[in-house]
Amino acid sequence: MKTFFRLLRLLAPHWKMMLWAVLLGFCTIGSNVGLMATSAYLIAWAALHPPILNLMGATAAVRFFGIARAVFRYLERYFSHHVTFRLLSQLRVWFYQALEPLAPARLMDYRSGDLLSRIVADVETLKNFYLRVLSPPLVALMILGPVFALLAHFQTKFAYVVLFFFLLAGVVVPLGIRLLGRRVGRQRVETRARLHAHLVDSIQGMTEIVAFHQAEQRLTRMNSLNRELLQLQGRMSTLAGLTGSLTGFAMNLAMWTVLVLAIPMVESGEMKGIYLAMLALAVLSSFEAVAPLPLIFPHLEESLAAAKRLFDITDAEPAVQSPAVSAGRPEKYDLQVTGVSFRYDAESPWTLKNLDFCLPQGGRVAVVGPSGAGKSTLVNLLLRFWDYDRGSICLGSRIIKEYSQEDILSLIGVVTQRTHLFNATVRENLLLAEPGAGQEEVIQAARRARIHSFIESLPQGYETYIGEGGFKLSGGQRQRLAIARALLKDAPVLILDEATAGLDPVTEKEVMEDIYELMKGRTTLVITHRLTGLEVMDEIVVLDRGQVVERGTQEELLRQHGLFRKMWDLAHQIIS
Amino acid sequence: MMIDKRLLGEARKVRLFLAFTVGLGLAAGLIVVLQAASLARVVNQVYLQGRNLKEVWPLLIMLLGLIFLRAILAWGSEVLSHRAAARIKGDLRRQLLQRLFALGPLHVRGERTGELVNLMTEGIEALEDYFARYLPQLALAAIIPLTILVFVFPIDLTSGLILFLTAPLIPFFMVLIGKWADHLTKRQWGHLSRMSAHFLDVLQGLTTLKLFGKSKAQITVIARISDEFRKTTMGVLRVAFLSALVLEMLSTISTALVAVALGLRLVYDRISFEHAFFLLLLAPEFYLPLRLLGNQFHAGMAGVTAADRIFEVLQTPLPKTGDRQEGLQPETQLLRISFKEVSFTYPGGDRPALQGVTFDLRAGERVALVGPSGAGKTSIANLLLRFADPGEGIIEVNGIPLQQIPADQWRRLISYVPQHPYLFYGTVAENILLGRPGASMDQVREAAELAGAHEFIMKLPRGYDTPVGELGLRLSGGQARRLALARAFLKDVPLLILDEATAGLDPASEQVIQEALERLMQGRTVLVIAHRLSTVYRADRILVLAGGQVVEQGRHQELVDMKGLYYCLVTAYRGEAV
Repeated sequence: MKTFFRLLRLLAPHWKMMLWAVLLGFCTIGSNVGLMATSAYLIAWAALHPPILNLMGATAAVRFFGIARAVFRYLERYFSHHVTFRLLSQLRVWFYQALEPLAPARLMDYRSGDLLSRIVADVETLKNFYLRVLSPPLVALMILGPVFALLAHFQTKFAYVVLFFFLLAGVVVPLGIRLLGRRVGRQRVETRARLHAHLVDSIQGMTEIVAFHQAEQRLTRMNSLNRELLQLQGRMSTLAGLTGSLTGFAMNLAMWTVLVLAIPMVESGEMKGIYLAMLALAVLSSFEAVAPLPLIFPHLEESLAAAKRLFDITDAEPAVQSPAVSAGRPEKYDLQVTGVSFRYDAESPWTLKNLDFCLPQGGRVAVVGPSGAGKSTLVNLLLRFWDYDRGSICLGSRIIKEYSQEDILSLIGVVTQRTHLFNATVRENLLLAEPGAGQEEVIQAARRARIHSFIESLPQGYETYIGEGGFKLSGGQRQRLAIARALLKDAPVLILDEATAGLDPVTEKEVMEDIYELMKGRTTLVITHRLTGLEVMDEIVVLDRGQVVERGTQEELLRQHGLFRKMWDLAHQIIS
Repeated sequence: MMIDKRLLGEARKVRLFLAFTVGLGLAAGLIVVLQAASLARVVNQVYLQGRNLKEVWPLLIMLLGLIFLRAILAWGSEVLSHRAAARIKGDLRRQLLQRLFALGPLHVRGERTGELVNLMTEGIEALEDYFARYLPQLALAAIIPLTILVFVFPIDLTSGLILFLTAPLIPFFMVLIGKWADHLTKRQWGHLSRMSAHFLDVLQGLTTLKLFGKSKAQITVIARISDEFRKTTMGVLRVAFLSALVLEMLSTISTALVAVALGLRLVYDRISFEHAFFLLLLAPEFYLPLRLLGNQFHAGMAGVTAADRIFEVLQTPLPKTGDRQEGLQPETQLLRISFKEVSFTYPGGDRPALQGVTFDLRAGERVALVGPSGAGKTSIANLLLRFADPGEGIIEVNGIPLQQIPADQWRRLISYVPQHPYLFYGTVAENILLGRPGASMDQVREAAELAGAHEFIMKLPRGYDTPVGELGLRLSGGQARRLALARAFLKDVPLLILDEATAGLDPASEQVIQEALERLMQGRTVLVIAHRLSTVYRADRILVLAGGQVVEQGRHQELVDMKGLYYCLVTAYRGEAV
């Protein structure tokens, strides 16, 4: 219910346009009622052989309604979709605006495909909330008014008969069937989910299935799930099919009842027989407004589910709050981590515990450890994607919580394992780091990252499209572009987060050399589980399960025969 | 028009259903006519002949009966068509999966996985509307107007002609507009996928954007792109609405035309009121099924699009296999495998994955495959598992060509541990049981113990009954690997094909897995795709692959002394001499 009202509030700015659309919807159906009623009246009157001139008014009305109906329908559709799609377009922006501050901390648990389906498909689903949920009952109500008045003009009983069947067909039947079908519906959803999971498994696990000759067994299982689903769907359609047929039934029955009530009145002279045909057709045609009502409930449920998925994201609190006034640019760029502890939520164990290290300006420190030791968490804290719980992190003698996230990020250049390249040209991807950079600077950075001659060799040089839909780059080339980006950004502090992971040994060696170029004159923190190139570090901090277990230079650590040594031996086992 | 022959071929299997739909359509048409006739008669008798309620009562009862019958018919045809659609969907789903199993894992690798999963689920569901709504509506749109015409013509030629001449215009316009809309819809799809692609790009790169302080600037870009999308959508819709306008005009204006024409003739007494009212009642009923067909047009299109992709898979030719029914059975415990000048190219691949590979794998021997990625290590495993057959050359098992041994029988002799084992949705025990479906719980536990998995399994919330996989608990890479090893222990067969894990394991679980592997290899013929020095040290023979060819062969020390590719591979990482 709360979601429903929140959705309404999102629509609120457009209420005027929406009301217009509803009004046009009313005119559309109203014209149809008018067309059928006046046609019937015209024929009934003509049967009395009046002078033909007397029929002119009715004839004109019939023609008018015939044309008006089509025109109103067009206008109604145009208006309602116009406002709906404008709304959807705004919702996408609204959603992105709410999402942006959450990245990456609060979005960690979502796959990007999932977020995409929210911003595209879920927003799209919401169009039904207005078109199929809000609008039809309003139109039906508006139609009911004049039809009720028209019938009541002859006899109040008629009006109540129509009201009764309206409610029956539009509210009672669909609700009742929904209630009846709820259990089967749930079972069907579950069975379908199980079937889908089975299919996904069958395709993704194909290698194992074929290797362990399980194909027959998988097919048998699918057939039995299929049969189960078939049965449930059969039961479901037995119920659901009732909705449509009962709507038609109610319509005809309403007409029939009015007829039965009206005939004695004609008999007794209370009502003129000429109106009989008109009443019958007016009742029949007014039920057009009821037809979309049974669909309200499924669309409502769908819309609410979609809205809930959107609100789930937009309601999340950003993980960090920027201070009212940022501390600005520090004078020195030394990094001091003192007694830092952090956990992702109050129930989970500490991810980092009492971490200490000092990185003087221009110094080099490496943090190593097996996966799950807390290395990436440390990067997240330094970039202020999260705030630490205890201790302090200082940059240039001020704690980083005094800087806004933007300011912190402008001071730090980062090269990560998975460099994202956008669907854009090479140049645009590089300019991301420094939009004002000129051609010379871009080429200079690419040269220093030793990627310039490669870029020149591409079909369109710096204007070649890369990324998902563009030219495929190798891992080494991607990393070099990332290094070029960092060079362009020219930030005083540098964080290398598994910058060479996933590269083959030869490329890794080369990229490391480019990285040394990047490190020159910068305060550098290296995060890695690959133990190459560590001999140039001032200090290596070995993390295990969130705690520092060893520290020292590479030489010292190798002599200690501790975790570092174990990792070293393991790493030097790998040959590909 | 929108009748896909292949889909109708599917529907033919439920021929009874199609016949029923047509029969029900005919019945519905007749009832429509009868209902109009009896209503017209009642009104006529009361209005012009002054009959009272008692006198028209039998007619009213008949009308009520018809109303009732009409509702039942509508219900019946709805239920029938949904059931038929469900049956066809189930049938196609089965055929698809069967085909995919027959095509094997090589067909389903990589990027195709997601697409195929989507096809099996959403794609098949899209057929529901085609069979449950579009086809039945198509039948109704053809039958009901015809039935009505049969009754209208004898009564009044003019009205009949108005209806008869306007009716074909509706499908005509629909086809015309449909083609146009089709074209626009495709363009619209292009816009939608471009918008999605941009959103995905931004979402995936959001952290990167943030690092460079550019994430807020995306708000305007998103606003622009989504507004462009709105404009093109409205463009498409405007066409759709205009087409609806034309169709609507046709039907309402002809109804008005019929009414006015009838009125005039009534004045001059050229037609009776009963007939005129009867015709007026039929006019909207005449157009209704045609207009409703327009509403289902979309469903029809979606169904045909999905069908295209479904039949594309169903018609993919199966890889040639020389399976013979009277397949030969190799001596089970002692397997000697020889590759003789084997070459192989992946379907659709532009260069051979293997070229003239020749080597022997003797019973009880441990052979390691080494080489840079793309050298052909996995291809050898794929051929040995018979996921594909060699293009040239021959693989022999104890002197029998592998192609003459039925694939299933052959795979019963092999255990395969892939680099990234797949866990199915099901319990831990079920996942291990894949190795030998008939095994007892004790045997499962024993296998898990040998694989070093028992300990962590007991710590799971429900032990061996803990659901894992897609909808269950997520296991770490090391844990999944141990389950895969347990599968292999349970299967307990003479030949083991093993793809070593490269990275991602911490030193502690690495050790457990190494020990389990050592136990598993004991006493078996082993082909291992090696990524570790410790494995190659212990191998009886090392095959060094490059560019699909065996370039070096021998024991570790021999190969190191050769100072060839193997030497480079082993020393590159370490930056030192061995």
